[in-house]
Amino acid sequence: MYQFNYVRPKSLADAEALLAKADDPKLLAGGQTLIPTLKQRLAMPSDVIDIGSLKELAFIKAEGEAIMIGAGTKHFDVANSADVKKHIPALAALAGMIGDPAVRHMGTIGGSIANNDPAADYPAACLALDAKIHTTKRLIAADEYFKGMFETALTDGEIIKEVTFPHPEKAAYMKFPNPASRYAMVGVFVSKGPWGVRVAVTGAGQNGVFRVKEMENALAKSWSPEAVASITVPADGLLSDLHGSAEYRAHLVTVMAKRAVAAAG
Amino acid sequence: MSDLSEQGVGKPVRRKEDFRFITGNGHYTDDISRPHQTHGYFLRSPHAHAKIRKIDTRAALAAPGVIAIFTGKDIAADKLGGLICGWTVHSKDGSAMKVGPHPVLALDTVRYVGDHVALVVAETHEEAKSAAELIEVDYEELPACVSLADCEKPGAPQVHPEAPRNTCFEWELGNKAETEAAFAKAAKVVKLDLVNNRLIPNAMEPRAAIGEYDKGTGGYTLHTTSQNPHVARLVLSAFVGVAPEHKLRVIAPDVGGGFGSKIFIYAEETACVWAAAKVGRPIKWTAERSESFMSDAHGRDHLSHAELALDANSKILGLRVKTIANLGAYLSTFSAAVPTYLYGTLLSGQYDIPAIYVEVDGVYTHTAPVDAYRGAGRPEATFLIERIVETAARETGLDPAEFRRRNFVRAFPHQTPVIMNYDAGNYDASLDKAMEIADVKGFAARKAEAARRGKLRGLGYSTYIEACGIAPSAAVGSLGAGVGLWESAEVRVNPTGNVEVLTGSHSHGQGHETTFAQLVSSRLGIPIDQIEIVHGDTDKVQFGMGTYGSRSGAVGMSAIVKALDKVEAKAKKIAAHLMEAAVEDIVFQEGRFTVQGTDKSLAWAEVSLAAYTAHGFPSNEIEPGLKEGAFYDPTNFTFPAGCHICEVEIDPETGVLEIANFVAVDDFGTIINPMIVEGQVHGGIAQGVGQALLELGVYDGESGQLVTGSFMDYCMPRADNVPSFRLGFTKTECPSNPLGMKGCGEAGAIASPPAIINAITDALGIRDIEMPATPARIWKAIQSSRPRAAAE
Amino acid sequence: MTVVSMTVNGKSVSADVEARTLLVHYIREALGLTGTHVGCDTSQCGACVVHVNGRAVKSCAMLAGQAEGAEVVTVEGLAKDGELHPVQKAFREHHGLQCGFCTPGMIMTAVDLIRRKPQLDEQTVREELEGNICRCTGYHNIVKAILAASEEMR
Repeated sequence: MYQFNYVRPKSLADAEALLAKADDPKLLAGGQTLIPTLKQRLAMPSDVIDIGSLKELAFIKAEGEAIMIGAGTKHFDVANSADVKKHIPALAALAGMIGDPAVRHMGTIGGSIANNDPAADYPAACLALDAKIHTTKRLIAADEYFKGMFETALTDGEIIKEVTFPHPEKAAYMKFPNPASRYAMVGVFVSKGPWGVRVAVTGAGQNGVFRVKEMENALAKSWSPEAVASITVPADGLLSDLHGSAEYRAHLVTVMAKRAVAAAG
Repeated sequence: MSDLSEQGVGKPVRRKEDFRFITGNGHYTDDISRPHQTHGYFLRSPHAHAKIRKIDTRAALAAPGVIAIFTGKDIAADKLGGLICGWTVHSKDGSAMKVGPHPVLALDTVRYVGDHVALVVAETHEEAKSAAELIEVDYEELPACVSLADCEKPGAPQVHPEAPRNTCFEWELGNKAETEAAFAKAAKVVKLDLVNNRLIPNAMEPRAAIGEYDKGTGGYTLHTTSQNPHVARLVLSAFVGVAPEHKLRVIAPDVGGGFGSKIFIYAEETACVWAAAKVGRPIKWTAERSESFMSDAHGRDHLSHAELALDANSKILGLRVKTIANLGAYLSTFSAAVPTYLYGTLLSGQYDIPAIYVEVDGVYTHTAPVDAYRGAGRPEATFLIERIVETAARETGLDPAEFRRRNFVRAFPHQTPVIMNYDAGNYDASLDKAMEIADVKGFAARKAEAARRGKLRGLGYSTYIEACGIAPSAAVGSLGAGVGLWESAEVRVNPTGNVEVLTGSHSHGQGHETTFAQLVSSRLGIPIDQIEIVHGDTDKVQFGMGTYGSRSGAVGMSAIVKALDKVEAKAKKIAAHLMEAAVEDIVFQEGRFTVQGTDKSLAWAEVSLAAYTAHGFPSNEIEPGLKEGAFYDPTNFTFPAGCHICEVEIDPETGVLEIANFVAVDDFGTIINPMIVEGQVHGGIAQGVGQALLELGVYDGESGQLVTGSFMDYCMPRADNVPSFRLGFTKTECPSNPLGMKGCGEAGAIASPPAIINAITDALGIRDIEMPATPARIWKAIQSSRPRAAAE
Repeated sequence: MTVVSMTVNGKSVSADVEARTLLVHYIREALGLTGTHVGCDTSQCGACVVHVNGRAVKSCAMLAGQAEGAEVVTVEGLAKDGELHPVQKAFREHHGLQCGFCTPGMIMTAVDLIRRKPQLDEQTVREELEGNICRCTGYHNIVKAILAASEEMR
């Protein structure tokens, strides 16, 4: 790691102020991606601002027809939340599949979607559940938020505060992990709710998470595994590496979508 | 006193070493800190092949905390030798293998990504690493030779001018004419092209070293992660010339797994101990995992073409094999032996094959050196013979078990056409037992049931033999080894009767501190907690050859037996003197010396004490003291053999595979501690599962960059990749060592890959699939084996 | 340099370290507790697992500063009054270790697992060990040891 200043603000307001002041700051939430990145000397921030222990960012609230999850909430807490399990069991299940148990004890939802790793799980849930991302500056719809591999709509100095997930009628996430890293090689989140039907795919796309409109249309007509069984996404634009070709990933998108619909019931 | 009957040979004694490991009190090299130590960091080549025009260290030297920077020029100026290969292989034409120099730090050329360019010594690891970024190296990039299939072709970039066509050796073994004749009269010939995938060992403890120099005595000390500290000392003194042997102490403390990768003498420990004298302070280096990936010697990496000649009754007439073996950019410590004498000699498998001819080209590529990794040559041989035998069975329409039985060796000793003389075995017995445990009879029903769930089931066999307990010194010497492969032991009986055993073997997970103590306990009748097994320090232990090649039971313990024989003989003399009896009348049993036919007896501790008080010993007959040493040179390899059966279930939609059942039945001869032996088998099978299904070391074909440089891309077996294994044992005693033992450390890794691949090809109804058979590859194989179905 | 203070194995400790110091290096180097190991640089092997505020975490993926004021337990702190923890005992009894290098992380992960899920079966144990790599044992006896310990602690 290169040298940096480490600061632990006492409030979100402090964090914003520090962020504005620093030359080249990085926010540290759980650190499960940032710390390995720093260790490999792939980043050289001037300041690391640790918002991981801010109580005001760690909460899960069930209000009305939505679940509000504070950006600093750990994957473990989402996976084990009675409210999340009750209203959006697919989201709890997804959180329980991220990384490994020790990673889930540290990693946060805010950190995950701020980083927007193309193989991360949460982006699929956000996109498929029509989530709203609340930041210190504004409210961003998931559709507007994910801008490509490691790219988001966040601007300098903007901090994610909360992610709101409306309750779906039906939802499920199916993940095909990369055999080595265990990140999603293909992860498909399907949902049906007030927003209609959504199918979001993570892990496979060169530009990160994406929706499959053709599948959504087919499922809107008929919510059944068979409806998506013969729909394949084009291999163009999908990742291809030693773990799987773009063709294989395209095939897995269909299989995982089918299985997700079946699991959602 | 504890119940000795529960501590002796054959009992699953809980390990003595465990307490320190489960409480966090082990002492691995990186756990050790020496006073005033500095930290070393190696600047490594980012290129697979480049000339070094110039190295500018000025900015780096001025960086915070930097003490010194060393490059290849500094090593050359000190007239140090290069790293060596301790085994010389000869080509068909009689010429010796072509060896390119292997400098400790690169002189004018770098030959793989990760090659060592400079050693930076600083106050902290981070400072050394930061300074390394400031070293300016002017490289002239050159094209790299990466592809094993193409490296001998005209126009391929050359790794060493000393080895034209990148060919280090063109080795052969067997009888070519007889093999040609066998093929000429064959009723059927089965052909198979096989890839034995490149593996990266990844012992969980990364390599580490602390070099020290004592100005007062002129003595050097090296703590390092070694499987064989004496061999390291010998190479560092006799060949590299870091220090005279008697002025160099090598300590291999607790070592966190080796699997072969810690046999070798690497640049890092060499540079650290050498440079320690230059900077006048200890230098510590611990590999980051990414460095382990780049610079630990890799394993396997063969391309082979095999042909099997059969008569009309499916009796094997002959086998011919052509293999290209990757040696990497430099010859590592034993790399030439692995694809030759540890490979070609095992190609007869469990079968009576009258004629075998094998050719192996050992070739250089711009990749990390390749050397022994668990099994070393024998997994490659076993994979080849067990794959082609299975293929032959299927193509002749015979049940794979029946095909094997038709060809088993049944008379011992059995001389194969490829050097080995099998001494004992019963291959039918292990096959029978494995088939029973695996419930082969019920397989058809399980396959049908799986099919109803849309899943594909397959069953695969591997009836393996391996040669370990390496090895008779004269035999290996005649084949090109630069060392003898005996082992040493010293048994020191203290005046109070407790015992220290100094062994030349080295334990890095194998549990010697327990197993060896069990042997001594059984012999001397004292509890294991009164027995200390001392190893891993050249200042404490007499010269020994270390642990690899499943040799520490058959060779290391045989040396202890020899030393115990001498101790017992001397102790009987003392007892006879004390009890005024003839030495022939002394019986030693369960820790007591008794005068036969009388009630006169002495306890072990009484005799031990008497040995040191030495009161009234007839000085010309009995010397004081009780301490004996022995060197044991084996008369043959040992030949563990057995049968592994794997049953897999495949989801055709995704290619995901589950090992539904894995059965291993092994014949290891006499077993001292069944719990530890089972553990060795479990670990070996998991590494075999890794090779068959998960692991692959990949270099980019153009740039020579290591693509699988971390656990993010190199797939290590996890707990959910393997099932619980079902083990069984059969027993034929090894006739060539006093305990009747055979090696058990590598069998799992040797036997399991072909069983798994045979199961997959059975499930899919295909001829071959390349390792590792990942879900992506299985899915692709299913797609390409279904063209007709798709057309229908 | 900053002073970082926490409670480790029940004792208050503090040390003056660089901001970039990882928790694992704080534990190993500043405190001399070398039972916690470093086996990789991508936070996947799990040799460095310790408990922070009662939860298993990878101490190589956490700055020492993040643990300011926290309760940390390492493998050295598991045994109480000279009595081994049931998980430690089970690893020994069932030969759940060979070279011992991954063992501290495995044991700390297992203790956390049993606390979270007292009712365990083989499949769950195997899945929960996703973040811990062992190269020696083939996991067979590790799984056996964890199941036995969970049985014992029930």
